[in-house]
Amino acid sequence: MIELNDIRIVKKIWEILETVTDPEVPVLSIIDLGIVRDVQLLSDEVEIFITPTYSGCPATEAINMNIRMALLENGFFKIKIAQQLSPAWTTDWMSEIGKEKLKAYGIAPPNSKQIVCSPDSFQKEEAIQCPQCNSYHTRLVSQFGSTACKALYQCNDCKEPFDYFKCH
Amino acid sequence: MNVSNIKNSQVSPSEGFREAFTLHLADNALIMGHRNSEWCGHGPILEQDIAISNIALDLIGQSRNFYQYAAQLFNQSTNQPINLATEDSLAYLRDVRDFKNCLLVEQPNADWAQSILKQFFFSTYQYYLYQQLQNNKDEQLKAIAAKALKEVTYHVRWSSEWVIRLGDGTEESKKRSLKALDELWMFTGELFEPAFYETTMNIDFVLLKEGWTKKIRSVFEEATIDIPVENKWHQTGGKIGDHTEHLGFILAEMQFLQRAYPNSEW
Repeated sequence: MIELNDIRIVKKIWEILETVTDPEVPVLSIIDLGIVRDVQLLSDEVEIFITPTYSGCPATEAINMNIRMALLENGFFKIKIAQQLSPAWTTDWMSEIGKEKLKAYGIAPPNSKQIVCSPDSFQKEEAIQCPQCNSYHTRLVSQFGSTACKALYQCNDCKEPFDYFKCH
Repeated sequence: MNVSNIKNSQVSPSEGFREAFTLHLADNALIMGHRNSEWCGHGPILEQDIAISNIALDLIGQSRNFYQYAAQLFNQSTNQPINLATEDSLAYLRDVRDFKNCLLVEQPNADWAQSILKQFFFSTYQYYLYQQLQNNKDEQLKAIAAKALKEVTYHVRWSSEWVIRLGDGTEESKKRSLKALDELWMFTGELFEPAFYETTMNIDFVLLKEGWTKKIRSVFEEATIDIPVENKWHQTGGKIGDHTEHLGFILAEMQFLQRAYPNSEW
């Protein structure tokens, strides 16, 4: 009985985590992002395993704080958040729903299976679809954008500049 | 670990090779990251200002991971449960002689050409080093390196593209690139000269140098820059705490807050 109860509680915790969003990209929940690697219950203590997106991502601290707040609000008082570095986070872990949300928000979602993440210079560029007009006729402005996880693109057709959630 | 212990870290029995090596990796990333952060608000154009600030963020993030691990190692081996080491004490309360970063990263930014070349030399070195480290026996170093490698890949790509643009660019950009090479080349030899604490960490320095040289050679070829003839003499000492005069000025600025307002946190 206790075990069954535990499963229910863990399921409930995952649902709570679904409400915690990335402060930099508020349409994405941390579940969509794929950074929650595990939830464990040890008697009355909840342990959440988080993998950071980028080593220096400043949102990580804010996310940890928001996880605590969300769990406290729901009556969980003993909370431990552990950083799990391995295996390293990849955009392949982003949910399909998350990718749709990103696009609707105006950020081009990461292409599945990266082909440009090699150290070679001036390599062939991946076709990135404009989130506004769906054209693939776009160009890279900078590999580094407004946050560590994004590159800056511009659409050659509708001329709109946009962020691309770069493959990682 | 208290400050006086850390001050004597070179002779401190509690600083084993693994601790020293982890600090070396952390110091490299922190000092390079700090130098990059000096460009924030001063980049030649907005996009590149953002790019180099992003790289600073990645590197400072990597250094935090290494400092946290170093602190954990120190605290495991210390028999003084008070004054435990933290990422902050290691970054902000050690003095020049305790820093183990290579001399290359502490060199001044000078102009864009020099900053770019420094970044290219350093990122390429990090790339091949982390490639080896991601198979290291130490699980934590392995995890930090595997994660950081993805970021460094972007740094190598970005800096090599700039080296080519400037080298194969205008007369002025070429002139500045060659001047930068003249000023920085003497600091690259140290990267491949293992310090005492690196000898037991299973790093193949011959392989590291081979990979690095091959990459430098191919990018220089495109940039129409001649790779200097290998000189047996090079500047050395940073890895064991003998620094150029520049590091003290970096620390004076970087550590001011922590020393003026003790115990503030990142």
